[in-house]
Amino acid sequence: MIGLADLALLPWVVALPLGGAVLSFVLRTRAPFVGLVTALATAAAGLLLAAQVLAAGVQRHLVGGWGAPLGIDLQADGLSALMVAMTAVVGLGVSVYGSAYFAGGNEDTAHQRAYFWPLWLLLWTALNALFVTADAFNAYVTLELLGLSAVALVALAATPAALTGAMRYLLVGLLGSLLYLLGVGLLYGAAATLDLQQLAQAPLSGRVAAVALAAITAGLVLKTALFPFHFWLPPAHASAPAPVSAVLSALVVKASFYLLLRFWFFVAPELASAVLTTGLGLLGAAAVLWGGLRALTAERLKLVVAYSTVAQIGYLFLVFPLGLGQPEGFTAWGGAALLVLAHATAKAAMFLSAGVILKAAAHDGVSGIDGTAQALPVTIFAFALAGVSLIGLPPTGGFAAKWLLLNSALASGQWWWALVLIAGSLLAAAYTFRVLAHAFTRLPGDPPPCVRSRRLEWSALALAATALALGFVATDVLELLRVGAPVQGPVLMERAP
Amino acid sequence: MSAVLAYGLAGAALITIGLYALIVRRHLLRKILAMNVVGNGVFLVLVALAKRSAVPDPVPHAMVLTGIVVAVSATALALALAVRVRDATGQATLDERRGTAAEAGRGRDVPG
Amino acid sequence: MTFDAWLPALILFSSLIPGLLIFFLDEERHRLRTALNLAGAALKLVLVGWMIWGVFHDHAYLSRLTLLPGLDLVLEADALSVLFVALSTVLWLVTTVYAIGYLEHSPHRSRFFGFFSLCVSATVGIALAGNLVTFLVFYELLTLATFPLVAHRGTADSMRGAKVYLTYTVAGGAVLLVGVAWLSAIAGPVEFTEGGALDAVAGRYRSELTVIFVLLIGGLGVKAALIPLHGWLPQAMVAPAPVSALLHAVAVVKAGAFGIVRVVYDVYGVDLAADLGVLGPLAVLAGATIVYGSVRALAQDGLKKRLAYSTVSQVSYIALGTAIFGPVASIGGIVHLVHQGVMKITLFFCAGNLAETLGIHNVSEMRGCARRMPLTMAAFTVGALGMIGVPPVAGFVTKWYLGTGAVAADSDWVLLVLAASSLLNAAYFLPILYTAWFREPAGEWPDEQPRGRFEAPLMLLVPALVTAVLSVAAGLLAAAPFSPLEWAKLIAAREYGL
Repeated sequence: MIGLADLALLPWVVALPLGGAVLSFVLRTRAPFVGLVTALATAAAGLLLAAQVLAAGVQRHLVGGWGAPLGIDLQADGLSALMVAMTAVVGLGVSVYGSAYFAGGNEDTAHQRAYFWPLWLLLWTALNALFVTADAFNAYVTLELLGLSAVALVALAATPAALTGAMRYLLVGLLGSLLYLLGVGLLYGAAATLDLQQLAQAPLSGRVAAVALAAITAGLVLKTALFPFHFWLPPAHASAPAPVSAVLSALVVKASFYLLLRFWFFVAPELASAVLTTGLGLLGAAAVLWGGLRALTAERLKLVVAYSTVAQIGYLFLVFPLGLGQPEGFTAWGGAALLVLAHATAKAAMFLSAGVILKAAAHDGVSGIDGTAQALPVTIFAFALAGVSLIGLPPTGGFAAKWLLLNSALASGQWWWALVLIAGSLLAAAYTFRVLAHAFTRLPGDPPPCVRSRRLEWSALALAATALALGFVATDVLELLRVGAPVQGPVLMERAP
Repeated sequence: MSAVLAYGLAGAALITIGLYALIVRRHLLRKILAMNVVGNGVFLVLVALAKRSAVPDPVPHAMVLTGIVVAVSATALALALAVRVRDATGQATLDERRGTAAEAGRGRDVPG
Repeated sequence: MTFDAWLPALILFSSLIPGLLIFFLDEERHRLRTALNLAGAALKLVLVGWMIWGVFHDHAYLSRLTLLPGLDLVLEADALSVLFVALSTVLWLVTTVYAIGYLEHSPHRSRFFGFFSLCVSATVGIALAGNLVTFLVFYELLTLATFPLVAHRGTADSMRGAKVYLTYTVAGGAVLLVGVAWLSAIAGPVEFTEGGALDAVAGRYRSELTVIFVLLIGGLGVKAALIPLHGWLPQAMVAPAPVSALLHAVAVVKAGAFGIVRVVYDVYGVDLAADLGVLGPLAVLAGATIVYGSVRALAQDGLKKRLAYSTVSQVSYIALGTAIFGPVASIGGIVHLVHQGVMKITLFFCAGNLAETLGIHNVSEMRGCARRMPLTMAAFTVGALGMIGVPPVAGFVTKWYLGTGAVAADSDWVLLVLAASSLLNAAYFLPILYTAWFREPAGEWPDEQPRGRFEAPLMLLVPALVTAVLSVAAGLLAAAPFSPLEWAKLIAAREYGL
């Protein structure tokens, strides 16, 4: 019997979606079927990888048998496994949704149907490859693949807004990747290796290394849409088709954030200064407040959700002041990782619900959803449940993540970040209930007829339920995160006397 | 001034020039060209890095080759997108000054 | 897990599961929906009765679920939680019957009863919460479950009232979250312990604990309608009558007041709270609320609005009793949890009956209505007399204990507050009674429904009469075993270690 520890899962999580992408491009008419099967297989592989890491520790695979630093290695520790598992769950939900979303329609949407699956599966390949690569330059390649397929997916919608959004996204994304490449090159100049593990062990100091990290940080911050570099995100995420928006907000922005965590927490923690951590924290705080305020006043439904992403990304950057260089940083580390997961599932659910609502609504403004609570109860419930997780109300995953961050802030004496967390929650409550209030208004006369698709509604609800379930399995998630974690400490801190 | 430093500075200068043009110029073609200039600047820095040892280090060269391939594909996509943008909006710019209008514009996001 | 470990969770599920099932029912399935509602309520009643018996005999019931290491959801039955759970359960049963009658022929009943059951589940969770975090979880769930009920009618007025309600309660919840998180960062997980749970850290963190107390009371004070955080309560009167009855007698305001009792007795402990000097300001705030609420009530013509301000005033008796040091005053505060509940729900049921049967919404329209609806007005009279403090209705017992306790604690100013409050209550209730019983009707009623066999539909009439009888019984039979008063005495004895 082959045990779980013996399976070579790492190359499969990359190869399966890649194969599926090529196959769905070749078999144009059978693309949805191929896509769904690939999605199932990839999701299973991803979840198995997480189980494997939990059971057997850090996994490493030498591609082609070469070995670092000449060859490219694949490595999965707790953080990578968690990211792959998150991609598996959200990816599966979005795939099920996408199989129904692009069905039907006419000539105009034919090219969407044809090209969604290859592009989406390529994006999934890029995500998984990024999360498991142990080579800094290979990360650049995967980052580019991710960006290009994401841009193409945004442009699928073919409206003027989507095309300009995609163009802007492409330019910004390319700039970010080039800065990252510059940084990796300089880092190679300083340390003579590209392998992440070897870079972590090499002592990095001096100006070259500092400039390298600065370039890498600048590029990745641009791609993660941290305030004030967030300007490209709302137009791109709001004009894309609903399943694409879900993937972009839930997964793609997390990829560059993951790389930021890799470089600062694993490779070069010794280069982090108080200026850097506080600066990133302050930008995060600004993102929380600015994103929340813009979401409150946005006129289009999907724009509200897109600005919500800008705000939630701000929370993630609190891991730098609270976790980097702190003696008991695991609380913040766990909170950030849990927030990444909770936000991914909740935001995907929110965008998917918005897609269903907009198919039925009269126009795409927020007031266009008046009365939909009667016509689309399951969808509105999914939206509400996702909103509850984003606000951070118990017992969802969002609450567990916020609790950890609050605890870290209050117990380490940096209480000002706690205020940011609370203010963000209040803003999130405001914009979520603004949308829900419109759903509950009574329309005069009968509700407009709309075709209800079970698959669309229930895949959105399933993702929202996952956000809720995360609140109850947080302990297990944190246990997985412990594998290979770069910071120590208890899960919940107590103030030192 | 050593060759490494000279090429490195040239690369940095290209990056700066390209960045400036990327931000300031409005026409999409110019932005794409600026992006290519930034890319070339980065490659130049990498090539300079390779020359730091007596025998040129092949790893940065490999990075540059890969980077060029990626840049070509990205440029191709950018150009195709630029044509589509021009066809859809009637002009080859990003409407940045009217960005909020584009956000607030009404319209279904899935045609049909 | 033994039965003892399951019982609190079962009591929670007895309304949660039917609620979730009701969401998926089609509108037309009246009988199934009614059956689910009543079955859940009856089951809960049986389980709660079992629990009362067990707690009386010093049985321990505890359900625990670990969310994070150091963060547990705990449902525990002690004397205080049993008091609140029993109140919630009995009044839920009565309100369910009332709501079924009230909402007949209204749309969206499945949605209404689904959220209704969630609301009660959240209240039960608050009652049975064994630590601050569990309390917080269900406190927020209560906010989420009551919002759709306030907004139920979907009109512009409803949405406005619901928005105000949400703003207040979410802000209060955020303040409470900061307080709880801060306290947990200092003292670790805080489980409710009779006599206080903070002895280990009391010495080192005095100023922080004081600030945390302010935060906790601030967050709880929104739902408990302490001034100046009470603004949502009159606005929330746009909700249908069963919702107003539930919000004002059982769920929301009591949750806030109950939370204050828990924080003072089982988190800080009355000794530490007195030591920190926070009880005095709390008592003053409660006293001010009592007077302010009554003064505003005088000025209201709308019947429900007048009752709303009366609630603002009456619920603060609980905070007042908690804030005065000494077992006697504590008994007064704790027992008022029950007494105010049954009296106020009677008043709201009657107000709902008047609105449904005669279209009466204002006090000025009530001339002579007792001739048309004698039973309803009799119940209303009982409730009103209890609010004023006339024996033998339950309100008198509360005021007696509060007054005696205040004197025992050298806080004679409280007697003035109580006297003023009784006078004001009389000033805004007695004219209503006079108008209803002794004046001639002005002419046509605003919107009269044809009279059936009884003055109002039975499902609307009987609940009001039942709660009126309970109000009298709680006062008349106060010395009997298992009466609210005896139970409050038990709680106070355990708290003060007597």
